Amino acid sequence: MKTDDLVLMLATGAGAVAAKAPLRRYLVAVGCATLVATLVMAIWLGVRPTLTGDMDQPMLWIKEIFCIALVAVGLFMVARLARPGAGLAWAPAVLAAPLLAMWGLAVFDLLAASPEDRTRLLLGISWTECPYNIVVLSVPIFVAIVWAMKGLAPTRLRLAGAAAGFASGAIGALVYSLHCPELAAPFVGVWYVIGMLIPTAAGALLGPRLLRW
Amino acid sequence: MDSGNASEGRLRDLLIRGLAGDAAAYRAFLRELSAHLRAFLRKRLVRLPDEVEDLVQEALVAVHNQRHTYDPGQPLTAWLHAIARYKLIDFLRRRARQDVYNDPLDEDNDVLAAPDNEAADARRDLVKLLASLPDRQRLPIVHVKLQGLSIVETARLTGMSESAVKVGIHRGMKALAAKIGGTG
Repeated sequence: MKTDDLVLMLATGAGAVAAKAPLRRYLVAVGCATLVATLVMAIWLGVRPTLTGDMDQPMLWIKEIFCIALVAVGLFMVARLARPGAGLAWAPAVLAAPLLAMWGLAVFDLLAASPEDRTRLLLGISWTECPYNIVVLSVPIFVAIVWAMKGLAPTRLRLAGAAAGFASGAIGALVYSLHCPELAAPFVGVWYVIGMLIPTAAGALLGPRLLRW
Repeated sequence: MDSGNASEGRLRDLLIRGLAGDAAAYRAFLRELSAHLRAFLRKRLVRLPDEVEDLVQEALVAVHNQRHTYDPGQPLTAWLHAIARYKLIDFLRRRARQDVYNDPLDEDNDVLAAPDNEAADARRDLVKLLASLPDRQRLPIVHVKLQGLSIVETARLTGMSESAVKVGIHRGMKALAAKIGGTG
């Protein structure tokens, strides 16, 4: 076959292409999956009754803002890596900011606390379940993000998979935070982050297989 | 470098007009792009000259199928280079299993550096590939893509509904891309 014939064939009747379509698909997928994860959390774990009572605690808002910031960077990285030739730009630096802030706060809290309080700040009452629950809640979101990415054309599959895993882990953590009673910075800085890193690693492992086109 | 920048501007203009529905501009874009892809791939497949044209076509089909992922705010060269490189790596991986020497990949962004208009014939045969598709995909592609009929005319001719014709073209082109890419 001559390449000119192929060009003719590809161009004939190609029509206009809506540039906004992939973005809509992405937002709808992530929105629906987040709703699913929230329902799963509400039925399986339950929204914690003390949530409204904690609203005057600054640490509740710091925790939520921490999660939301990581969700935003995660979704941005996914959107970038889903397109050929678009790098991460400033995303890694922005990603580091909430992490460093939370860890800084954690170190400060630990230093200020008495030695016997430090274990409680770090382990809380739920450190054994926290990462596990975040991972479970991130699964529907991971599926949705991978589906949305497959509608585009990621070319760095391992990195794209890791970003998909990280974004779903961050959304999973945000959803889980409606159940989780822990407010200590050392707890959030360690167990929430581990909960996000497990889907990240899974995404990096699965990316080349799932995202290939 | 200068010729690369000039190509970037012209090709980008043609693609954006093509994405807006200008068929002539899109055809010109693909034709010019094929020359650039040929030069890009020939340089990297010095030891495998017979494979170049197949891979040019594979990359062309990939660019076509993924054209909705081009963000007009993004440099076209980076987008094209990522797709061409992805297809090249994919191809080399398939070859690597056959233990063939391949040139190492480099990172330079010279996909638009200098066109190469000497097309050799690709070894695969479009007619044979088309023949392997089911009628509901093959007929719409033959009528719309090869004979240039409209969707409405094709629907009337084949007795299919208009949406079935569109779906047939879409699925058929994807299937062809997979066959051309050797993954189907």
